[in-house]
Amino acid sequence: MNYSSTKRALAVLITCIFLSLPYGCNGEAPHKPSAGATILPQTKPDNGPQAYPEDVPSNLPVFTMDYPRIQIPFEITLWMLLASFAKIGFHVYHKITIWVPESCLLISIGLIVGAIMHSVLEEPPAVLSSNVFFLYMLPPIVLDSGYFMPTRLFFENVGTVMWFAVVGTLWNSIGIGVSLFAICHIEAFGVQDINLQENLLFAAIISAVDPVAVLSVFEDISVNEQLYIVVFGECLFSDAVTVVLYSMFTFVAEMEVVEPEDVFLGVARFLVVGLGGMGFGVLFGFVAAFTTRFTSKVREIEPLLIFMFSYLAYLVAELFAISSIMAIVCCALTMKYYVEENVSQRSSTTIRHVVKMLGSISETLIFFFLGVVTITTEHEWNWGYILFTLLFTFLWRGLGVLVLTLIINPFRTIPFNMKDQFGLAYGGLRGAISFALAFTLPDSIGRKQLFITATIAVILFTVFLQGISIRPLIELINVRRTNRDVETINVEIHSRLMEHTMAGIEDLCGQWSHFYWKDKFMKFNNRILRRILIRDSRAESSIVALYKKLELQNAMEILDTVSGDISAAPSLVSLQGEKKESTNPKKTFMAEDLKNMHDLLSKNMYKIRQRTVAFTSKHALPNDDQPREILIRRHANIRRSLRHGSFQSTIPRSQKYFSLPTGQNLGSKYPSVRRRYADDHETMSEVAYPTRRSRFNQPKRSSSGAMMPLHTLETLKEVPSTDVLNESQSESFSKDQCKPQTGSSYRDSRFPTHRRHFNPPFDNNNGSADDLRNEDEAEEEQRRRHRGALRLPPSWAAEPRDNAPRNPLLRRPQWNPKK
Amino acid sequence: MGATQTHSEYQYENMVGKTGFSTEQIKNLHMRFQQLCGNEKTLRKEHLENIPTLADNPIKTEIIKAFFDKRNQHNNELGSYEEIGFEEFLMVMSHFRPPSIKTSAEEKAAMRKRKVRFLFNMHDTDGDGKITLEEYRKIVEGLLSESESIGQEVARAIADAAMLEVASTNVPNMGPDDFYEGITLEHFEQILKDLEMESRMYVRFLDMNTANLRCGK
Repeated sequence: MNYSSTKRALAVLITCIFLSLPYGCNGEAPHKPSAGATILPQTKPDNGPQAYPEDVPSNLPVFTMDYPRIQIPFEITLWMLLASFAKIGFHVYHKITIWVPESCLLISIGLIVGAIMHSVLEEPPAVLSSNVFFLYMLPPIVLDSGYFMPTRLFFENVGTVMWFAVVGTLWNSIGIGVSLFAICHIEAFGVQDINLQENLLFAAIISAVDPVAVLSVFEDISVNEQLYIVVFGECLFSDAVTVVLYSMFTFVAEMEVVEPEDVFLGVARFLVVGLGGMGFGVLFGFVAAFTTRFTSKVREIEPLLIFMFSYLAYLVAELFAISSIMAIVCCALTMKYYVEENVSQRSSTTIRHVVKMLGSISETLIFFFLGVVTITTEHEWNWGYILFTLLFTFLWRGLGVLVLTLIINPFRTIPFNMKDQFGLAYGGLRGAISFALAFTLPDSIGRKQLFITATIAVILFTVFLQGISIRPLIELINVRRTNRDVETINVEIHSRLMEHTMAGIEDLCGQWSHFYWKDKFMKFNNRILRRILIRDSRAESSIVALYKKLELQNAMEILDTVSGDISAAPSLVSLQGEKKESTNPKKTFMAEDLKNMHDLLSKNMYKIRQRTVAFTSKHALPNDDQPREILIRRHANIRRSLRHGSFQSTIPRSQKYFSLPTGQNLGSKYPSVRRRYADDHETMSEVAYPTRRSRFNQPKRSSSGAMMPLHTLETLKEVPSTDVLNESQSESFSKDQCKPQTGSSYRDSRFPTHRRHFNPPFDNNNGSADDLRNEDEAEEEQRRRHRGALRLPPSWAAEPRDNAPRNPLLRRPQWNPKK
Repeated sequence: MGATQTHSEYQYENMVGKTGFSTEQIKNLHMRFQQLCGNEKTLRKEHLENIPTLADNPIKTEIIKAFFDKRNQHNNELGSYEEIGFEEFLMVMSHFRPPSIKTSAEEKAAMRKRKVRFLFNMHDTDGDGKITLEEYRKIVEGLLSESESIGQEVARAIADAAMLEVASTNVPNMGPDDFYEGITLEHFEQILKDLEMESRMYVRFLDMNTANLRCGK
């Protein structure tokens, strides 16, 4: 027993080493073999004492080993590491991930590992048991999708999503189950012993769609948001439905006779389980939100609270055997809005990271494991049954989408056209959940092996065939697209304007649909819920939220460029950044970047001189206009950066470069350059920032209340009024922004002050500022508008006029073409 | 209602072609129209102002004004009506027809254009073809007024920021002394070109008379 377990560890280690070799470029390989080398010899002496356990009373052992003690966590850790290496590996060659979905790659790696293990006659670790799956692996996956669900979009389409998730899954399970049952009567296949209940159980298992691969494709080519959210929501809630069906059918499958009333009881149970889960979820969501109201003094535990409450919702739902997936999803959906406003920016970043990390590791493991199991287990291959399963999954999915859209379309304002329907039907991949459910089937099911084999066949077929072909197909048929990346103040204002108009028009013509209900809910939310659940409960319009968000981004980028890697901005970004980055091959512009660095270097020499002048002049005449200049400049920057955000294709390169955490490729090569040219970074990364947003980031509430409201709100107010804003305030603003950072002293040591970076800009503009000051105070508005007009040109047009190198803001246009 | 019924039947045919509503929808809207104006022939502003559910709407006045705006009747006329008949009412409503599965790409573009135009008219209160900063601010203040904590200054700052955004998007090469007077219709279309409208700006006009408690799409 012990020997076999050490041998297993050995096999895992060997595969680890084997796998890490191809990815050696990441620097993982050198460290890995050493781990192997130290542990491998040590396993041997362990066997000696084991063989004669009685003979060791003598001395204090100098060296002992207790592998069994650590075996399980040790192996789990190794598996996770292995999976992570695989993931890293894919992103080294990121061209692969564009054309081949990650799940395919993971399964392939799993297959290789499985082959190795098979060749050394090793069994896969028995990590994946029913309990482990349901209690530890499923919650992170579901929490991940629940937490990052685009809330607004979801509620706009909630009817359709639920329709497809619930009815669609039922349709598939029953359709496939009954047709397979019919197939079982054909004697030639030799599967007459599978009864209806077992068929239904199996059908339920393979009805869970898991279109992670499809979603990332949809995201990349930004298909219309209705299609996107239906696929997203369907996957989430079909999991819930599937698990409910699964638990029902596993129960039913063991019954000898099914009475008619059991069917009705089943339906009733289905409702109780679903709605009960929803209720628990909402309840826990509110409790979590309410708790975070009081955590302003103990920021460290904020992320923990979120996880514990979600998990608690899940466990309590499990306890009462109601749908735990429903519970955790509803919990995440409910609390997200309130929690993100209560917790600090950094906690919110942490929450997002951890949710994403846990979810992706869990899913990676399952896919990985799927590959291993495919090779290492004994299969029961039955051509007839498996081929018909494939046929039916395909057929019923297509038919289901067709029929269900036919029914739902009259109720939809934007009906799904044929192309959308194709996307929906073709996007029905099966994945991790199906496999895990099949694998954890109770042994009492007679044909468990056959079911596992068939499930694996379906998953491999859909993931590989459909997953790889969906991108070209969707591009070919040219599905309607939505630009989901627009984020300008105007657009925000007008979408709000439209909503209010629609609510008004609906009131006018007395026909109320979801605008009306949304309006009512928002009122209720603003008046009651927010008061209870949010510490700083001033209702916040989404317009202001966007405005503040832009401010925050801007502020963080300024900090980020000054003090390296500590701010929350890069971490917010990095989650989403990777995807965009991966589409841009790095090598092509390395040389250009290098050239740009040289440019910067020469220009900055010039700037240092300027800076000292500006600094002394600032002390000479402390002048109210200067800080205001900074602010206005920053606003202009935001606007400019926003505008640039829409040109996605060109931006990410620069962003890629500048958003590198310190200590990575370019950054480590030119550390000093990176620090010294803070100003240039600032302009660059601002431009880039809005593009680094993917679906996950979109619904985010702009600012976590704690860090933001006071100061940005003030600056908001200050801009228009000419006289209030003074130097100290702007200073306090900038100080405050960096308070959570550890870097303030660090910054000071390297740069005389933060504010110095701004000095060159207003030095340049003193002329215009003076003009403005001379104007009549009464014409304030006129003036500000005038100034607005004035302000922008410098950033865009005045650059030939000015001495470009002097002002970092003015330098941008030159930079741009080079990218 | 019997007397008006026959009269309406005849008119309906006319309006179907003009507004694109179905006959049932027009019937429904006509009933609503009569309910609003208390069985008179024409609708005045007071009628709309008395709708209880509309009272909370932050841009109530703008919405009501839009109904009495001659520009929304597509007759190339300026100014506003004192009272409107059913036909005018219907014309305004027709801006909010959802696209059906059969609408062609050109029709959709035209519909979108009319919607943008409608929004533009809501902003441009004095009808000079330009949204000035003042006009823009008014709308933004209205939008933000529902959350009472936001001061007027914030609203103004946001309107200014938005205005700057328009200016920088549309007039990239503005000289230092130039002055951005206001948003023209072309600029307005330009800044909203990325905003998905067809899926957001519509009302589900019901074919049936009864069900009005349907939520979701």
